[in-house]
This record gives sequence, C-alpha cells and structure tokens, in this order.
Amino acid sequence: MAKRKKDKRERWGFRDSVTALLPLNENYDTMRSRGARTGYLFILPFVLGFLLFMLTPLIQSVWMSLNEVVLVPGQGYQLTWNNFQNYKYAMGVDPYFSQYLVEESGRMAINATATLVMAFVIAVILNQKFKGRTLARAIFFLPVILASGVLPGVENQLTFNMMQGVSDEIAAQSGVNISAALQNLLSISGIGSGVFDLLFQMIDAIYDIIMACGIQIIVFLSGLSAISPSLYEAADVEGCTAWEAFWKITFPMVSPLLLVNAIYTVIDFFMKNDNQVMEWINTQFTRTRYGESTAESWIYFGVALAFIGIASFIISRMVKQYDS
Amino acid sequence: MTAKTEMLPREKKVSANKKSGGYVFKNGVKKWTVSIVRGLLLFGLCFMIIQPMLTRFGISLMEEKDLYDSTIVLLPRNVTLDNYKIVFDLTTFPRSMINTLWTSLLVSLLQVAACTLVGYGFARYEFPLKRFWFGCVVLLIVIPPQTIATPLYMNFRYFDVLGIFKALTGDSLNLLSNITPYLLMSVTCMGLKDGLYIYMLRQYFNGIPKSLEEAAYVDGCSTLRTFSTIMLPDAMPTVLSCFLFSFVWQWTDLFYTRNFISKSMPVYSTELSSILTRMSRYFSADAEKAVIVPPARQQQLVSIGVLICCIPLIILYIFTQRTFVESIAMSGSKE
Repeated sequence: MAKRKKDKRERWGFRDSVTALLPLNENYDTMRSRGARTGYLFILPFVLGFLLFMLTPLIQSVWMSLNEVVLVPGQGYQLTWNNFQNYKYAMGVDPYFSQYLVEESGRMAINATATLVMAFVIAVILNQKFKGRTLARAIFFLPVILASGVLPGVENQLTFNMMQGVSDEIAAQSGVNISAALQNLLSISGIGSGVFDLLFQMIDAIYDIIMACGIQIIVFLSGLSAISPSLYEAADVEGCTAWEAFWKITFPMVSPLLLVNAIYTVIDFFMKNDNQVMEWINTQFTRTRYGESTAESWIYFGVALAFIGIASFIISRMVKQYDS
Repeated sequence: MTAKTEMLPREKKVSANKKSGGYVFKNGVKKWTVSIVRGLLLFGLCFMIIQPMLTRFGISLMEEKDLYDSTIVLLPRNVTLDNYKIVFDLTTFPRSMINTLWTSLLVSLLQVAACTLVGYGFARYEFPLKRFWFGCVVLLIVIPPQTIATPLYMNFRYFDVLGIFKALTGDSLNLLSNITPYLLMSVTCMGLKDGLYIYMLRQYFNGIPKSLEEAAYVDGCSTLRTFSTIMLPDAMPTVLSCFLFSFVWQWTDLFYTRNFISKSMPVYSTELSSILTRMSRYFSADAEKAVIVPPARQQQLVSIGVLICCIPLIILYIFTQRTFVESIAMSGSKE
C-alpha cells in the first residue's frame, strides 16, 4: 500500500512533465524537475538517435515494404503503392524465401532449445569448484569472439562450395559418422524414429550449439553464483539429495534468467550472418529489389517476434516467480 | 589420544569408513566418478571449440601438394608461408587491417561513451516517459538492423536536412562516401548492439548505492563532476568490458561495415567475405576471366583469412579474459 502511494507521487502527469521542461513557472526550479531535465540530457544521444536513425527509417521501411520502390538516378527513390504486392511476392512468388523461412524456423526451434539446455548444463558444471575452472570458462566464452560477424558466414559459403553435403552422405552410408550409424541401428531395431530424429539432429548440430552459447553460459553462471550456499547446506541437513536440491533450489533460482537467455538466443540466431534467410534478404537487397527485400525482412522480423512471444509465454508459465 | 594422532592417513580413512558404515568410501568413489566424467565432458567440449582453430593453423602452413595428399591430415609435410602472402594480397592486408583497427577503435569508443551516459541517465534519473524510452532500448535490442537497412542507406545516400542542401547546391549530399554516417550512428547509440550495452550499463549503475552520489551533492559537487569522478571510476570494469565487446564485434561485423564503411576504404571483414570471388580472379592469368580454384585450396586460403582475422582478437582476449567474463557476470546478477 505504501509502495503504491509512493509510485503515484513519483509518476509524471502531463502537466508535470510540461512544466518541468518549460522555464518561467513555479514547477521549473524544483529538485524533481531539475532531475528530469538532467535525465533527459543524459539520454539525449539515445533519444536523438532513436528518432533519427531508428524510428524514421522504421516507418519508411514499413512504407517501402508496401510500395514499389524504383530508384531514380540523382534524386533518390520513388514509391508507388502496389497493394501488398511485395508481401504477396515474398510468400507466393519468391521461390526461396518461404522455403528458407520454414527451414530456418524449424532449425531455430530445435537449436534454441538445445542451446538453452546446453548452456544451463555447462553453467552448472562450470559453477562447481575444480582445477582449471578459469581456463574452462575462458574457453567456453571464446565462441563469442570466434562465432561473430563475418566469421561463420565465410566458412559456410565454403562448405557449400566443397559439397559438404555429399561427403556427409558418404560418411553416413559407410558408417564413419557415429551418430548416423547409431541412427541406422536404432531404426533397424524399430525404435520410434520421431523423437530420436530430433535428438540426432541436435547431436549433429552440437558444434553450432556450443558456438552459440557463450553469453548464455555467463548469464546463467552469474545467476548460479548468486545462490547462497547456505540454502544447499540447509537442504543437505534436511536430507535432500543432490538431485532434489537441483530441482528445488538451483533451477527455480536461476529460472528468471531463462527468459533473458531465451530472448537473447532467439535474436542471436535470427540475426546471424550464416542464416539462410538473412543471406537471401541481403541478396535481394543487392539486386536492387528494395521493396521486396524490406517486405521479406518484415515478415522475418514478425516470425522472430512470434518466437520470442511463444518462448516468453512458455517460460513465464513454467517459471515460478519468487517474490523477495 | 596419542595413538590416534600417529595413525597413518590411510588407516585413519579405513577406520573412519568402518565407523560410518561405508559412507566415506562411497562418497569418495562418487566424488571421483563425478570429477572424471566432468573432466571428460569439459575436455571434449573445449576441444571442439579449439580444434577448428588448430586445424586451420595446421592447414595454413601446407604447400598446395600437401592438400591433395590423403596421408596428410593435420601436420604439414612441406612447411611454407607463401599461402599467407597470397591471402595478404587477396585482402589488401596491411591496409585493410589498419583500417579495421582504427575504425573499430573509434566506433567502439564513441559507442561506449554514448551508452555510458545513456545508461547512467536511465539508472539514476526520474523523468517523464522514462518507461517508454526504456521500451525503445529493448526494441533496439530486438529489431534486426536489416529491417531498416534500405531506408537508412537511402537516407544517407541522399542526405538532406529539410531540403537545405538541395536548395544551396542543387543536389543532396552523399554521405556514404565516408564513415560520417556510421560515426553519427555510434554517437547516438544506434550502432551495432548498442541496446545491449545500454542495458548492461544501466544494470550496473542501478546496483551502485545512491548514497554515494547524495553525499557528493551535499558536499556541493555538480552533476557532471559527480558522474565523472565518482560513478565513472566505479563503473570502469563494466565500461571496459562493453568497450571490448563493442571492439571485437565491430572488428568482425559485416552488416554495418558493408553498408557504411567499406564503401570508402578496404576493411578486413568485407575483404574476407568476398575472398572467394576474388580468389578465382587472382589465380587466372587473364584478369578478366575467373578460374575455378580447387576446393581444398579454397578452404586453405579462407582458413588463413579467418585465422588472420581472429589472431589479434584472441591475443586481446587472452589478456582481457577476466574483464570479459566477470563483468557480464556482475551486470547479469543484478537482474
């Protein structure tokens, strides 16, 4: 109750805000108004930048995606309304976009889940005390550098050129590839394939997954190291096993970070350079299909938002909020 | 009493085990198994992260004929440094690297300076529409820059403020011929991953007790001075780590670099991204015609390119590893 009262006092009404910013009135020279003005001065770069280089282009971009964009030499570009033609093009005509979109979304759903689980497991391990822990932490964080920007993209271009797919196929048939051999074995013995397919997909993608979970590990680690050891002691005294302690203490304490990490993972995945959809949109852009490429990136962004929405919904249901 | 203290550690353990009904032994076995399994797992995963780098290094030293010899996998038989020379040629090496270095430094300095101010503003002051603006920061993290690439590009290509330049010179300005647009964006927190830095820094400033500043104000310290002499030194580790992140990501960034920097000068990341197409021209006798470079050779040269890009970063990382890892841990724990 007291808190709410305080909130009401601190809230900025319209009159308050205007009088705080405009000189020559009695509200101008109060401590509170001064604080407001200083605050605005501090965040001024961001406000300016957001209005100029984010909001304006954002609106223009929405507008562009609804129009046909024609470059006029020397004058910029001309827009003509074309009745959602760009969106129709993206979903119906463009032979690659929708295909890539579905493929990447599926891959992301699997990889993001695996990344989160992996990051959590590694964080739990790295939180224990053992020799060489600093070294292990340093190495697990290395992908933040090694898998950023141009680096994964270049290699991907190359594996495509090298017909990596073919060599994978050969390896699978000859049984050199362990996971493929196991998969064969399992399918022969008639154990259900659906779940195992998913599992094998994850195992095959383990390199990508490890390379994607640097930041997430650190975030989880920060949460883990903040848990007070006395909680575990108390649980131990009460006869709690390590397994129970994990689910009753470790997991609930860290789970608020799960949401942050899930969002970060999804965004990170969607913005990677080696993402097929991203590459395709860039290709469209260089082919001066400006309208189409913006429409496609908006659809892509919509899908990303949907994923973030679903992830936050699931996680917020799963996670119990502990009020302290 | 004396007999007990003189007991050998081994006997002591045995007797302790007997007393506890086998608990000590079981516990010991459990501990050992856990640490062995953990060691194996960590070793495997660490190896997986480092191995591509080592492979690249091994391949980079091979002569071309080694690449086709199936008995050679990792270690070169004929060691040569000529491949590096070729890659230097392909990526206009010293120049592009120097450009990358100074642009990354400049951009990340500007970014971090701006983000520190903004983060501090968000953490400490109450002002109208604060929640709205912070929502915008989150939006900045979430929106992929690709969605606004086209209009942004166009804006800077035909830059004009309310038609002033057009009235004066008869034509709009083409700002894309230099890196001004990107510097402008960095100063106004719209560069690469700036939302994240603002978030991290705000989180850190939120954790510093307010009484520190209040004391300074009571003593008559001005706002700016309080910020620069009291808050900033305290936040230096986080600021430094934001700077390192920004530097490293800017170094490898392709998107902003391709659109805003590489138009005016060669930068390493864009050079690296187009190394394949350039390679096929480089090896043909006729500059107009492209030849097909054997895949293994392609891989070798690209590996060297990646290696050259990574080595400065890895060296930097080795020295600053603590700052990288710990500051995130600190800013994250105040969630």
